[in-house]
This record gives sequence, structure tokens and C-alpha cells, in this order.
Amino acid sequence: MGAQAIARRGEVAVRGLSKSFALAGGRLNVLRGLDLDIRAGECLAIVGASGSGKTTLLRMLAGLESPDAGEVRIDGVPVRGVGTERAVIFQEPRLLPWLTVLGNVAFGLEARGLPPPEAEVRARETIHLVGLADFEAAFPRQLSGGMAQRAGIARALAVRPEILLLDEPLGALDAMTRMTLQEELARIWRDERVTMILVTHDLEEAILLADRVLVLPRSKGERPRLVDVALARPRDRSEQNFVALRRRLMAELSLH
Amino acid sequence: MSLHVLDTPATAPPSQVPALLHRTGAAGAAILSRWGLLLAFLLLWQVASVQGWVSASVLPPLGTIAGALWRGIVGGALLDDLAISLQRSGLAFASAVGLGIPLGLLMGQLRPVERALDPILQLFRQTSALALYPVFILLLGLGEASKVFVIFWATLFPILLATIGGVKEVDAKLIEMARSYGATRATVFRRVILPASVPQIFVGLRLSATTALLLLIAAEMIGANRGLGFQVMNAQYNFQVPLMWAAILLLALLGLAANAVLVLLQRRLCRWSADAR
Repeated sequence: MGAQAIARRGEVAVRGLSKSFALAGGRLNVLRGLDLDIRAGECLAIVGASGSGKTTLLRMLAGLESPDAGEVRIDGVPVRGVGTERAVIFQEPRLLPWLTVLGNVAFGLEARGLPPPEAEVRARETIHLVGLADFEAAFPRQLSGGMAQRAGIARALAVRPEILLLDEPLGALDAMTRMTLQEELARIWRDERVTMILVTHDLEEAILLADRVLVLPRSKGERPRLVDVALARPRDRSEQNFVALRRRLMAELSLH
Repeated sequence: MSLHVLDTPATAPPSQVPALLHRTGAAGAAILSRWGLLLAFLLLWQVASVQGWVSASVLPPLGTIAGALWRGIVGGALLDDLAISLQRSGLAFASAVGLGIPLGLLMGQLRPVERALDPILQLFRQTSALALYPVFILLLGLGEASKVFVIFWATLFPILLATIGGVKEVDAKLIEMARSYGATRATVFRRVILPASVPQIFVGLRLSATTALLLLIAAEMIGANRGLGFQVMNAQYNFQVPLMWAAILLLALLGLAANAVLVLLQRRLCRWSADAR
């Protein structure tokens, strides 16, 4: 819990957040009056069936979508669109195919106005951090899925966000790669001391990484539930309490 | 190539000499499969012409055509035609590129502009440029302007439509990614939309280059007294068949050269794309 003691910024407060989408023949309420506090430096996982609004919630936290009602405050400041204290890691790596790994990782920094030479230096450091040093000059099409996602993670880390928003970041990867990258994300969270908000459909991933798990119900009549993950780190997937918590979360999900 | 490898028993590695033979054989086979039909075609032409299977006055032997080409180039007659043809098609093509790409980039991004311009563009595009050539002659006279304009007209649409298509097809997820890093509209355009559209734009450029040559020849056949297209027609009237073939050959080479230049440029600009051919 040392990370929480040191990181003072990156605190998220969600108040009365609602969102609905126009649908043929009416409106679909995705979120209704959600309240949520995320501590600075915390890792929060958001799980829920498809259609439960977990991705919509993350996109509103990212500022890529605006709520119908309610607001998100980050360190006390209301969110209006995207902001420099946040970075998003998407399910797909979303690398620009005409740029090398180095160019892609530097892209986020350059988009934020850092001069290219400085962006390159910092991009190199981050590429090193995610273990892609040998692939700096590679183009995205030459990368495996896992390597491409590493580059996507590096791009987000390079801008040194206070809050890292991850939208099913490992969902498209094979099981082995996913496990390796889960360990990597755990390490990144520990070392970088960022607030991490992770949307996932993988309960094991949620328990492995998160301090708390937000379970979004499918039926809008029920309230979202927060589940504490009171397990010591590093966590062991086969440990008894881990498995028990997984069972409990599964029950929570199927209840809704 | 792989067949040779498979045929070689793995247990007994072949000596150097047969391997070399295999390799030369493979290289020969590759050349033959690539150029064989062309060579056979030229051979057939030559034999048919010399043996009198076809009238040598219509299909002269290759040597006669080469001779006419050589005389035309050394004497300067064909060179003048080539120069004026290049000038007409080059000017028209450059204007079409200069207008089509910027307009396409704009239209691809501004949905209302695109929607407003689309019906009239479709109408213009579907109206054959050659059908309009008499109109252009009435408006612009029989001189260079009408010829350049009719080529410009026909070449504009492939470039314009390809550019619009390229911009519209840019992966929205990439644009959103850039936006999530706070990229401005200008940055998104310069660093995402523009590079992503380049392959599509090149499809339009190559199509337009072909169209430019087609229209060039037609326009020169209809209303010109110089140019390669004129020379093809003129040589035929005067029954200078070898000269006619020489002009046709030059036109074909011009098309090949234009395409080769564009392919080379595309390879340079789209190295990142696996399907840059």
C-alpha cells in the first residue's frame, strides 16, 4: 500500500453519472446515477456483463464521451473532455501503421506538444521499460499481438499520466501472452504509482491486479457493488483465497 | 523454387554442382514464367510477318518498326510529338492532382460539403469526357486549352474520388486514439488522416495516369496536328505503317513509364504498408 501513501494525485470522484444511448424505438439506459470514489494510486477493476456500461463508464472517465447527467472530478476538477493527467490503453493497440514503434510511442508525447527530440528520448526510455528495446525500429505489422499491445502500453506510460485507463487491454491476446502482460501491468502499477482503472471481463485479471472490483449489474434496477480484494501482493492465482474470491465474484455477476 | 528444395532428399545433401544447376534452372524458370509470354508474342509477330502469315504491310517485322522508331527519334519528328504529348498530359495530370487531392482531403472530412457536392460530381463523372470534348472545343477553341482541359476533366475524378474515399475510410479508432492524447484537429489531419489516405490516393493517381494517356490519344486523334495520338492517325492515313507502330509503341512505353514512376513513389511513401505493390 506504499503506492497509495506516496501518490497524492489522480483521485477520481464520480457523482450521479448517467448515460443513455438512442436505440431503435427508445433509449437504452447504460448507467444511472453512479457514485464512485477512486483513491489516488488505487487500482480499480470494473467488471460486468456486456451491456452493463463498463466501457461507457471508462470512456466518460477518459473524456471521450460526455455524461447525460452527473460529473466526474479528477483531483477536484470537473472533467471536460480529454486531459493530460489521463491516458487510455485500448483493447486494440491502435498503433499508427506508418510509424515505427519509436514513432508510435513518441506520438502521444508529440501530440501533447513535446518537441520531437525530447519526445524521442522519453519514448526510448519507456520502450525499454516494456521490454521492446530491440523493436524500436519495427513497424506495427512486424509485431505480434502481445508486442503491439506492449507498444500501446508504452505510448500511454510515456506521457506519465496520473491515471491510466485500460479498456479490456489484454482481451484480444492469447492466454499465455495475457498472463505475461498481467504480471507486467502489476509491475507497472507498482513502480509507476499511477491510479489504474481497468475494465475487464476476466475475473482472474481483476483479482490479480485490483485493490477493489466494481461489479456493474446488467439490470439497471440493481446497484453496482464494490468488492475489496484483500489479498497480499504478489498474488497467486492458485491460492485458496484467490480462488474463493473468484467464485464470489462469479456469483455476484450471475446474480445480476 | 520450393519444389526443387522438396525434391532433394534430406538424407543425401546434393553436391555443389547440381545445386548450382538447380539454382540457375530456377532462375531461368523464373525469368521464363515472367517474360516467356511476352517473348513468345514478339516471336510470333516476327515469324508471322516474315513468313507472310499476315500482311507485312499491316504488321511489319519488328526490325522495321524499330527502324522507324529510331529514325523518328534521331530525326526529331517523333521526339516533337512526344514532347507535345507529354506537355499536354503532364499539364492536365498535374492540374488534376493539384486540385483533386486538396479538394478530396477537404471533402472527405467535411460531411456536409461532401454530401452537397456528391450528386453533381457523380453526374460529371458519369458524363464521358470525350462526349464533352466538342463542348470544350466550342468553349476553348481548337488549340491547346481544350485538349488539356478534356484530359484534366477525365483525370480529375479518379483522383478526387479516391482521395475522398481514402479520407473517409481512415480508421476512426486511430483518430480517437490521437484525440485521447489531446491532438488538435490539425495534428489529427496531418499525422493520422493524411498518411492513412496515401495508399488510396495512389490508387487514384495510377488510375488517373492511365486515363490521362487514353484521353490524350483520343483528343489528339480528333483535333490535333501534332502529338503521338495525331501521329498514329496521320501515319495510318499516309500508310506509313512502321511509323504508326513506332508511335503506338512510344505511347505504350509512356504508359509503362508513368506507372513505374508512380509505383516507385508509392513504394517510397508506403514502405510501412505490407501491400504496397
